[in-house]
Amino acid sequence: MSEVETLEATQRAISRRAFIKRVIAAGAAVSSANYLFRGSFTGLAPRASAQGVERLISLKVNGMVRRVDVVKQETLAWTLRYKLGLTGTKLGCDRAECGNCTVLIDDVPHYSCSVLTHTVRDREVTTIEGLAGPGGRLHPVQQAFVDELGPQCGFCTPGQIMSTVALLKRNPNPTREEAAEALSGNLCRCGAYHYYLNSVMRAAEYMRG
Amino acid sequence: MAGNYKLIGRDFLPPDVYGKVTGQARYAEDFRAEGMLFAKLLVSPMPHGRVRRLDVSRAQRMDGVVAILTPDDVPQVQPGQEPILAREPMYIGEPIAAVAAVDEATAAAAVETIQLDLQLLPFVTDPLDSLRPGGPDANTAGNVYLQGVRRIKWTARDFAAAGDDKLPLGEPAVEWSYGDVEAGFQQAALVLDETFVTQAISHHSMEPRTAMAYWQNGKCYLHASLQSVANAVPGIASLLGIRQEDLVLISENTGGGFGSKAGGYPQLAIPALLSRKAGGRPVMMRVTRLEEFYFGRCRAGFQGRVRIGFRSDGRITALDLYIVQSNGPYSGFGDYTNAAGAVSLVYQPLSMRFRGVSVLTNTPPRSAQRGPGENQIAAAMEPILDKAARQLGIDRVAIRRINAPRHDGRVGADRGPITSSYLPEALDIGAEKFGWEEQKKLSGTRRGSKVTGVGVGMAYHSAGSNGFDGLVVIKPDGKVYIHSGEGNLGTFSYAGTARVVAEVLGVPWEQCEVVWGSTARHLPWTSVQAGSNTSFTMSRAKYAAAVDAKRKLQEIAALDLGGSPDDYEADGGRVFHREDTTRSITFARAASRAIELGGKYSGFELPGDLNPMTVRSAQAVAGTGLVGVARDNLERNGTVPAFGVGFVRVEVDVETGKVDVVDYVGVADCGTVIHPHNLGNQVCGGAVQGFGLALFEKHVYDPQIAWPAARRLYTSKPPTYLDVPLEMRWDAVNQPDPANPIGAKGVGEPLMGAAAAAVACAVADALGGRPFNRIPITPDMVLNAAENRPQSFRPLEVNV
Repeated sequence: MSEVETLEATQRAISRRAFIKRVIAAGAAVSSANYLFRGSFTGLAPRASAQGVERLISLKVNGMVRRVDVVKQETLAWTLRYKLGLTGTKLGCDRAECGNCTVLIDDVPHYSCSVLTHTVRDREVTTIEGLAGPGGRLHPVQQAFVDELGPQCGFCTPGQIMSTVALLKRNPNPTREEAAEALSGNLCRCGAYHYYLNSVMRAAEYMRG
Repeated sequence: MAGNYKLIGRDFLPPDVYGKVTGQARYAEDFRAEGMLFAKLLVSPMPHGRVRRLDVSRAQRMDGVVAILTPDDVPQVQPGQEPILAREPMYIGEPIAAVAAVDEATAAAAVETIQLDLQLLPFVTDPLDSLRPGGPDANTAGNVYLQGVRRIKWTARDFAAAGDDKLPLGEPAVEWSYGDVEAGFQQAALVLDETFVTQAISHHSMEPRTAMAYWQNGKCYLHASLQSVANAVPGIASLLGIRQEDLVLISENTGGGFGSKAGGYPQLAIPALLSRKAGGRPVMMRVTRLEEFYFGRCRAGFQGRVRIGFRSDGRITALDLYIVQSNGPYSGFGDYTNAAGAVSLVYQPLSMRFRGVSVLTNTPPRSAQRGPGENQIAAAMEPILDKAARQLGIDRVAIRRINAPRHDGRVGADRGPITSSYLPEALDIGAEKFGWEEQKKLSGTRRGSKVTGVGVGMAYHSAGSNGFDGLVVIKPDGKVYIHSGEGNLGTFSYAGTARVVAEVLGVPWEQCEVVWGSTARHLPWTSVQAGSNTSFTMSRAKYAAAVDAKRKLQEIAALDLGGSPDDYEADGGRVFHREDTTRSITFARAASRAIELGGKYSGFELPGDLNPMTVRSAQAVAGTGLVGVARDNLERNGTVPAFGVGFVRVEVDVETGKVDVVDYVGVADCGTVIHPHNLGNQVCGGAVQGFGLALFEKHVYDPQIAWPAARRLYTSKPPTYLDVPLEMRWDAVNQPDPANPIGAKGVGEPLMGAAAAAVACAVADALGGRPFNRIPITPDMVLNAAENRPQSFRPLEVNV
C-alpha cells in the first residue's frame, strides 16, 4: 500500500464509534468537574449539598486564631483565598505541580492546594501576608527579594518567598546549590531563577545579620 | 536628548515590586465583588465536531444556577475566526457552553447535566496529513489559513519526489524572493539541504487566564489577565458589542503572558456575557491549568526545509526556505513569515526565496509566543550553520559574524532598512565574556558518562513601532503623574519607559507617580505590551508627552516671570531662568497656574492628531493640572531590530541522555539600556525559556484521536531551578538606536531564541556536530545519537 492509501485507510478505519471508544479508553473525556470549590463567602451559597456540610473550625493563621466555616474536602488554598481574604497565596495549577500556593505549616513549606483545611486545625499556618512586621516593615527575606529585584510577573513570588523562609529556618547558611534544591518545587515561568537565587543568598545575609 | 542621563541606565525600584513580595499585588482572581457568581465551562471532548443538540434545560432548573450561555448567545463568526463559544468545536477542550451559579460546585454539577450531542467531523493534527491528496481538513471550509480559510492539497507526485525524510515542496500559500537564488547556489562552495521540525508548545503562564466581570450603569467592568491594557480595549469591546468607553478594563498585575495575553481573547467575553444575563451580577471564571492548556494559546510548530549555499569563507550566497506551519484551528499567527523575515535579516543571504503554508490543525489555538517564528527558526537554523562551519573549517562564531547585519543590513522580501544593528558587537562581547576560544577546546571532552558541548546562538525580533500617545499630568501637589496604558506582565517596562518623562522634565523620580492598571485611571492609547515593543515605542510616546509638558512649563514661567519660554529650563522639580536661577517657579505652582490659564495648559484644548482613547482620557483629567499630551510623531526610518546572542556550555550524559546546561552568557542588543538590573533578569529569564524550547517542552498527540497527551506542567515540563546553571551571566552592547530619543530598543523576545539556538548547537557539538534538526532534543534522541542508532520517529513526524 502506498503511503497515501495507508492514510486514507486509516481515516476510514476511525469511525465515530471507534473514536469514542478510544476517548473513553484515554480516560474520561473532558470534564469540567475538577478544580472545584464550594464557597460561602458571598453568603448566598446553600450551606448543605451533595458536597457536604460546612463546619465551623478554628485555624491559626499568621499568629491569629481565625474561625471559619469549611467543608470537609476544602483545601487550605481555597480557605485562605476565599474565606479569609488572604489572596497572596496564588493558585497556578491546583494540582501540586507549580508551587505558587506554597505556605508554611509549622515552618514546613506545603502546597496549600493539596492540603485539606481541617487537617491543619492544631498547627501554625503562615502565608505571605504573615511575614511583614508592624507598619508593613518587610521581613528580611522580602527585603532581599526587593533589593535583588527577584520577581518578574510576581505570580510565583509569594511561593518562592515562603520556601526561602522555610529554608533559612532550617539552614541559615545555604549554598547556592542547596537553595536551588530547596526552591526546586517552585516553578517560575518567567525563568527568574538566577535572580531568585541571588535574593535567597542575600536573604541569608540579612537574616544572619 | 542624548548621553548624560540622571535616570536612564540606572537601577530603580518599580512601584509594583513591594506588592509582589507582600502578596498585596492583585491579579484577576484576587478581586471580589458582592454577590459574585462562579462560572464553569462545558468543553469539547472531540477535536472537531458539530453540535447537533445542546440541551441545558436540566441545568436551568437547578437550584443555584443563575445564568447559562450557549453558542446561540454569542456572535456568529467567519471560518477562521475564533468564536466565544463554539457550535462547531475545532479542538479538544474548546468551550461550548458556560454556566454561572452561586458557587463552583453547583456550576460544575450543572455543566454535568447538559446534554450534548456532537457529530464527529474529520480532524487532523499533522499538517502534512492535511496536505496529502484526499487528506482531512481541520475546518469544513478548508485546510489552510491565509487571510481567511482556503484549501491547498499537494500532489502524490510532490510527496513521492521528496521521499520519506525530506519535506515535500508542494504548492505554497506564500512565496517571495529577492536576488538570483539559482545563481547564488551556483557560486556556492557548499550547499546544504536540511529538513527540520520544531514543536508546538504551550505558554503555560503561571497565572491562568481567570477573569471576573460585572455590569454597572451600562458599563462592563472586567478584571482580566492581560499583557496590554489600553490596546486590548477595542478588541474586547467589539467582542461584547459595546462602545469602548463602556468598558472598564482592570489589569493591575498579570502573571505572565509571553504573547498569549497580548490582546483580548474570546474567552474573556464569557464571564462578561454571563454577568449580563445575570442582571449584571459579578461572575468569576477561574480558568484551570488544564483549560489554560486548551485555550491558553501555544506556539506554532514547523516542518521545514532549507537549502543554503555558502562561499568558502562562510558567507551565505543563497538560501531557499520552505516552512509548513501547524496553524491550529483559527487564524493563528504568522510565525512562518516572521521566521523568513528573521532569516533574511540575521544572515543577510545574498539571495533568498521563501515559501510557506500555514495548515489548519485540530489542536489548541496558536498565538504569538515570545519570538513567534524568530525563535524556533533560530533553534533550527543555527545548528545547520554549525554544520557548514565544520565542513568549511571556519570557527562557529566567525561564520555568524561574517553573515551578521551591520547598520546597513536589510530585512524581508523588499529589503527594507533597519535602524541599527550591533549584532557583531554582541557576538564579540559574548565570545569574550564566555571565553569562547578557551571553552571551545572543551568540545567533545568526556568525563565519566558526560560529554561537554559548547554552542553559540543568535536571534532577532523587531522591537518597536510608533504612532501612540503619551499623557502626563503635573498636579498642584507638585507630582508628575505618568499615565501608562501598557499592561504589567513582569517586564517592568511600563515603569522603565516612564523614567523618560522624569528625565525630560528634570524631576526626581520620587516626585513621579506611574498611573497604570485600569482604564478608569485614564490611559493614553498605547501599543500592545508585546513584540518587544514597549521600550522603544512607549519611551517615544512618553517622551513626546514630556516634551509637550516641558514646553508648557516654560511658557507659564515666561508668562509669570518675563522673558521668552526658551529662557527657562526645568530641573530638580523647578522651572528656572537659565541666567538667573532664582527666577523660578515650582512644578506645584506651575500646575496651579495651568489650571487657572485653562486651554491647552490644563487639557481643555488638545492636539488634533491624538488617538480617540487619548482624547477621552485627556478630557477626563482636564482641569486637574498641567496636562502634557502628544502623539509620537517622531521619525522611524526602518525596522527596529533587537538581537540576542547566547553562549552556552552543556554536559550531555550519554548513558541517560540528560542534558545539563552548566554555563550561560546572554548578550542583548537593545540600544540604550534603560534599567540594567531588570534587563539582566530578562536576559537570563528569556534564556531559561529558551532551554525549555530546546530541551523539554512539547505537544504530544495521539494522531488516531487527536488526544493531547502533554497537557499539564508535569507532562511538558518548563525548566526548574535544577535545569538551569546556578549562575547565569549577561551583558548588553548598550549603543543607542538613532530612531529613539533615548536610543532604546525593546529586546524581550530574541533573548529566548538565542539561548534555544545555542543549546541546540551545544548538544549537537557534544555528540560530534551533526544537527538533530528537531527541537526539543529529548533524552531518547540524545541516546540514539550517542549510540549511532536511528531516531525512533521519522524526520518529519510531529507531536511525538
